[in-house]
Amino acid sequence: MFKKRHVLSMRDFSREEIDSVLDLASDLEPYAHGKKSNMLSGKILALLFFEPSTRTRMSFETAMKRLGGGVINLGPAEGSSISKGESLADTVRVIGGYADALVIRHPKEGSARLASEFSPVPVLNAGDGAGHHPTQTLLDLYTINKESHLEDLSIALVGDLKYGRTVHSLAYALSLYGADITLVSPPTLRMPDQIKSDLSSKNTKVRETCDLSEVIRNVDVLYMTRIQRERFPDPVEYKKVARSYRITPEYLEGVRDNLIIMHPLPRVDEISPSVDSTKHAMYFKQTFYGVTVRMALLKMLMGDESYEVAELTPKTG
Amino acid sequence: MTEVELRVKPIKNGTVIDHIAGGQALNVLKILGISGTTDATVSVVMNVESSKLGKKDIVKVEDRELKEEEVNRIALIAPDATINIIRDFLVIEKHLVDLPDLIIGVVRCQNPSCISNTEEPIESRMLVKTKNPVVLRCVYCEQPITDRIADYLI
Repeated sequence: MFKKRHVLSMRDFSREEIDSVLDLASDLEPYAHGKKSNMLSGKILALLFFEPSTRTRMSFETAMKRLGGGVINLGPAEGSSISKGESLADTVRVIGGYADALVIRHPKEGSARLASEFSPVPVLNAGDGAGHHPTQTLLDLYTINKESHLEDLSIALVGDLKYGRTVHSLAYALSLYGADITLVSPPTLRMPDQIKSDLSSKNTKVRETCDLSEVIRNVDVLYMTRIQRERFPDPVEYKKVARSYRITPEYLEGVRDNLIIMHPLPRVDEISPSVDSTKHAMYFKQTFYGVTVRMALLKMLMGDESYEVAELTPKTG
Repeated sequence: MTEVELRVKPIKNGTVIDHIAGGQALNVLKILGISGTTDATVSVVMNVESSKLGKKDIVKVEDRELKEEEVNRIALIAPDATINIIRDFLVIEKHLVDLPDLIIGVVRCQNPSCISNTEEPIESRMLVKTKNPVVLRCVYCEQPITDRIADYLI
């Protein structure tokens, strides 16, 4: 059962806790489609985005409003107390007095953990620099569970595995399910050893390759990520790499019938738009599931009847 | 009396920290919060021969019995150090250092993008993942710290 006070990092989650979020999200899916709800009526969610964000911010806002709650926004940082030099700790203490939960995105790593130490209300991490983005991981897991399967899963994580924070959290969470993970990236963008060693310590099978064609026919899920141009000093090298990880309908010949393709979006060239109409494309549905999963988290943290005894000290394992 | 003991005379009361890895004595003092302006009588012996460590440092702090939680932090940079509490020239207590599970306000996070390296009103907090070799993990940004710990002492 879910007894958390905050949602900060996937490291804080046990498999059972993840399952309880996914189960509730499944129950709430009709409400994400528009079924009327007053589950969080009278509650206020504060969105503290210190960095630009479109889909995560709007997805949280939608989730809260679908459950009948209200939303307050930080607004642009210029002209606010932050530009006057107020600490994040003070901002969180003040806004925490106005709202029933806080969603925070901040450029510094660990900022959500800090916010949780000062906030009088639950904190949800919506991305802290290159650190964590647990609600993205939970919606990825929900998508896999719903459209494929988490048990005995064979998945390929493809693209920028060095800097991409979503794949780090996702790989960690999948290791709790004993997934068979293939890491596909150019040599310069391999997953850091520290993250890999965390995975292998959980008896997860992890393989590494540079060649996507080698594995694409043997996986249930293809999780694509964007390779950023600025990671390559040589534009020719970038083009070569980007081309080798581009999914087209032709490239999908011979893949498993039930293969699903996921992407945290925004995409650039790594998935051709002509793939969108294939049965394998799951990335737009994946973003929709973000609303469902965030509804589940908001209800767990703020809903009166299911609000468990607060775990005041976050577990950091 | 061995040659090592002759370098600094025995103390009457206080704490002797032995088997510090060679060259780390000044960092040990830093961890203990003993700076150049201290009133305490402190003797430091550096880089003497040691059968166990090759070269070792020794620190003697007179008239002060260091508490266990103070000295345990030394294990960050000197995991083999031994602590001797001296009363009236006799060793009345001797033990090894043992790192606590959480170290607060001693080591700065090496990640420049970590919130703990800003002006926020917090102290650095490090979880101890393994003790020998020492591997720490920042509670805030969760980045591991495996080497050059001495360079990041606060």
